[in-house]
Amino acid sequence: MSAPGLEIRGLIKRFGGLVAVSRFDLTVAPGEIVGLIGPNGAGKTTVFHVVAGFYPPTEGAIAFEGTSLVGLKPHAICRLGLARTFQLVQPFAGLTTLENVMVGAFNRAPDVGAARRRAAEIVEFVGLGPRRDVPARHLTLPDRKRLEVARGLATEPRLLLLDEVMSGLNPTEIEAIIGLIRRIHARGVSLLVIEHVMRAILALSHRLVVLHHGEKIAEGPPATVARDPLVIEAYLGESGEAAAR
Amino acid sequence: MAARLAPLLAAAALVALPPLMPKYALEVLISILFFGYLGACWNILGGYGGQFSFGHAAFFGLGAYTSTLLFLHWGVSPWIGMLAGGLLAAGFGLFAGYLSFRYGLRGPYFSLVTLAFAEMLRVVAVNWKAVGSSLGLVVPNRGSAPALFLFAEKLPYYYVILTMAVGALVITRAMERSRMGYALAAIRENEDAAEAAGVDALSTKLSAMALSSFLTALGGTFYAQYFSYIDPSLTFGPAISIGGLLPAIVGGAGTVTGPLLGSFVLTPISELTRAALRGRAGADIMLYGLVLILVISFLPNGLVGWIRARRAPAGGRR
Amino acid sequence: MTWLFLQAVVSGLLLGGVYGLVASGLSLIFGVLRIINFAHGAVMMLGMYASYWLFVLLGVDPYLSILVTGPLFFGIGVLIQRIVIEPNRDAAEHNQLLLTLGVALFFENLALVLWQGDFRTVRVWYSGASFLVADVLVEVPRLVAAGGAVLIALGLWGFLRTTDVGKAIRALSEEPEGARLVGVNVARIRGVAFGIGSACVAVAGALVTPFFYVAPDVGESFNIMAFVVVVLGGMGNFLGALMGGFIVGLAESLGAAFLPGSLKQLVVFGLFVVVLLLRPEGLFGTRRGR
Repeated sequence: MSAPGLEIRGLIKRFGGLVAVSRFDLTVAPGEIVGLIGPNGAGKTTVFHVVAGFYPPTEGAIAFEGTSLVGLKPHAICRLGLARTFQLVQPFAGLTTLENVMVGAFNRAPDVGAARRRAAEIVEFVGLGPRRDVPARHLTLPDRKRLEVARGLATEPRLLLLDEVMSGLNPTEIEAIIGLIRRIHARGVSLLVIEHVMRAILALSHRLVVLHHGEKIAEGPPATVARDPLVIEAYLGESGEAAAR
Repeated sequence: MAARLAPLLAAAALVALPPLMPKYALEVLISILFFGYLGACWNILGGYGGQFSFGHAAFFGLGAYTSTLLFLHWGVSPWIGMLAGGLLAAGFGLFAGYLSFRYGLRGPYFSLVTLAFAEMLRVVAVNWKAVGSSLGLVVPNRGSAPALFLFAEKLPYYYVILTMAVGALVITRAMERSRMGYALAAIRENEDAAEAAGVDALSTKLSAMALSSFLTALGGTFYAQYFSYIDPSLTFGPAISIGGLLPAIVGGAGTVTGPLLGSFVLTPISELTRAALRGRAGADIMLYGLVLILVISFLPNGLVGWIRARRAPAGGRR
Repeated sequence: MTWLFLQAVVSGLLLGGVYGLVASGLSLIFGVLRIINFAHGAVMMLGMYASYWLFVLLGVDPYLSILVTGPLFFGIGVLIQRIVIEPNRDAAEHNQLLLTLGVALFFENLALVLWQGDFRTVRVWYSGASFLVADVLVEVPRLVAAGGAVLIALGLWGFLRTTDVGKAIRALSEEPEGARLVGVNVARIRGVAFGIGSACVAVAGALVTPFFYVAPDVGESFNIMAFVVVVLGGMGNFLGALMGGFIVGLAESLGAAFLPGSLKQLVVFGLFVVVLLLRPEGLFGTRRGR
C-alpha cells in the first residue's frame, strides 16, 4: 500500500471577513502531476501558503503521507518531504547559486560536504552549472526561476509545489522549464503546479483542478477541463487571453 | 603573495612585539583586542544572524557580575566563574531570544527589546544592595595570582585577551562554514524562503543568540579582572552595547575579520582623540557617531566588504 | 495611601502629556519614513540647551523660546533628514537605524564637548509655583508643560487633518504608493515630516526646562520613554502616541510611588517588553508593524 501523498479536505481560509479559499478538496497521489489553475485572485497561492505552513487553515484537514500538516511550521513540513517555490522568486541574493541550493540540501544532508555534493548535482541537473559561483543577485529571471526550483529540489521532496514558475518567461524558456519539470517528475517527485501558461499546464498535467473565487469549479483530465464551459466562462469573465493561450 | 604574508606577519607581531612595547601602547592594544573581541561576539548574532542587538551589555554585565560575586563571596576562581557567567548569560539570552523570536520581533523592534532588557538588568543592579548597587564591586588585586585570573602586570592580560580574540575569530570562521552558518545566511537574506527550504529559523537564531551571549559574558569577566572594578552603568550600559557593535559594523558585519579590523581602526581614533583633547570628554564618541554615519553611507558592507569589492567584483558569500 | 496614589496619578498624567508630545513626533517620523529615530532624544536635549542659552544669554522665557526653537529645530530636522537619511533611504532597515544612532551619538557628545556634563537648570519666577487641589500638589510648570504639550499635539493633529501638507503626510504614511501616484512630492514631505517631528520634540524640551535639569544625557531617558510610548500607542498612530504618553507617565509615576529607588523604570520597561511581545501594533494601533 503506497503512501497517500497530499490530501486536502474541506479547506477553508478566511482573512478577517474575506473568504479566500472555501471547501477545497485536493489530492495529489504519488507520481502525479496535478495542475492548479484559475483566474488571478482565485486563491491558488493561498492554498500553497496554507499547505506549506505559512498561514494556518481556518478550517479543514491537510495531510501528507498520512501525517497532518496543520499547525506545523514551514521547515517541519519541508522535513516531511513537501517543498515549495514562491510566485515572486525569493533567492538568497548575497549567496552564490551553489550556496543557495546548499541551504536546501541541508534538509537531508548530514554534513557540509554531503550538502555541497548534493547541491552541485542539483545545480547541474537544472542547468545552472555555468552559474554555479555567481551571486544570486546577478542571475537573470529565468535563471532565478531555475534556482528557486533547484533549491526546492535539493531538499529531496517527494512532492514539489511550483507557483507560476513560468511567469515572465519567453516561449523558449518556457519549453526549457517544461522539460525540466518532466525530468523532475522522472526522478520520482510528484508535482502540484500553479500555472497561467495554458499550453504548458495542459501538456504537463495528469489532472487539472480549477479554482475560481476560492472554490473548485472543475477537476479532471486536461482535455476535459479545458472544454468545460464553466471554466471557459471563469477565464473569459476575468481575462480572455489567458484562456486563448 | 603579499596579501597572504600580511596576516601572518601581523599575527607574529601581535605575539612577539608586546613585551617590548611601552605601557601605554600595550594598554591601547589590549583595548583594541577587547573591543574586537566584543565585536566578534556581537557579530555572531548581529552580522551573521542579522539580528541587531542594542543590548549586548546585558550578557557582558551578567558575566562580569557572576564571576566577581562568585569570587568575592565563595572564592571561586574567576576562570571557573567565567564559565558560570557564560552559562547564565546564555540562559538569559535564550530566554530573551525565545520571547523575541517566538513573537516574531524583527529588525528595529528586536533592537529595542534588547535595549530594554539591558536597561532592566542595569536598573536591577543599581537597586540591589547585594550586588553593590551603584557603588559597584571591587575585585581585589594584590599581585600575581594566575590561578585566580589576577596578574601584577598588563602583559599576561594582553595574552589572555589575544587568545580570546583569536578564539572568537576561529569560532566565527568555523560557524560560518558549518550548517549553522548557511542557515543563518539564508535567514538573514530571506527568512520565509529559508523556512520553506527546511531551515528552522527559530532554533537557528536561538543557537546564534546562545553562542553570542556566552562569549560576550566571558568578555565581562575579563573586564572585571583587568580593571578590578565593575558597576552597573559600566557593565550594563550603552558604552559596552555600542562599543561592541560599532567595530563589527565599521569593519564589516557578517565577516570573520571585520570586528577586529573595525576595532583596529576605531579604538586608536578614540584614544588619539581623547589624548589630543584632554579633558574634553565625549569627543571620541562624537567621532564614532560621525564614522558610523560615514561608514553606513559609503561603505555599507564595512571595511572588509570594501576591500573585497575592490579585489574581486564577482562577490559571493560575505 | 489613596493620597499617595492620587498624587502619583496627577504627576504621572502631567509628565505623560510631555511624553505624548515627544512620542507624537517620533510616531510621525516613523509613519512617514518608516524608521525608528534614535536621535529623537538627542534633538530634544539640544532643544533644551537652546532654550537654556536663550534664557541665560538673552533672558528669554523658556515658553517664549518655543517661537524660536520650534522653527529652528524644524529646519535642523529637515537638514538631518536631507543630509543623512534621504541619501540612504534605500539602505537596509537595520542600517537606517544605525544612521540615526550615529546622529544621536554625534549630538549627545557634541553637547558634552561644548558644554560639559554638568547639570544646568533654568530657574524662572514660576519654577517653584504650585497649588493644592484637594490635598494633591500640582506644580505649575508641570501643568503648563502638560497643557502646552497636549495643545501642540492636538494642533498638530488638526494640521494633519486640514492642511494640504498634513494630508500629504498622512497619505504617505498610509499609502506610500498611492501618494506617489497622486503626485505627492515624496522627498519633500519626508523632510517636512522629520522636521515637524524634531520641532515637536525640541518644543517639548523647552516646555520641561523650567523644572527638569539640562545635561547631555537628558535626552536618553526621554528617548527610551518615547520608544515605549510609541510602541504602546502604535507606531504611526498619532493620537495613540498621546494616549500612550499618559499611560506610560502613569506607569512610571505609580512605580515611583510604590517601588524603592529607581525600580520604577522596571515597570515601564516591563510594560514595554510585554506590549512588544503581545501586541506589537500597540494598544491603539491597527497596523501590523513588526
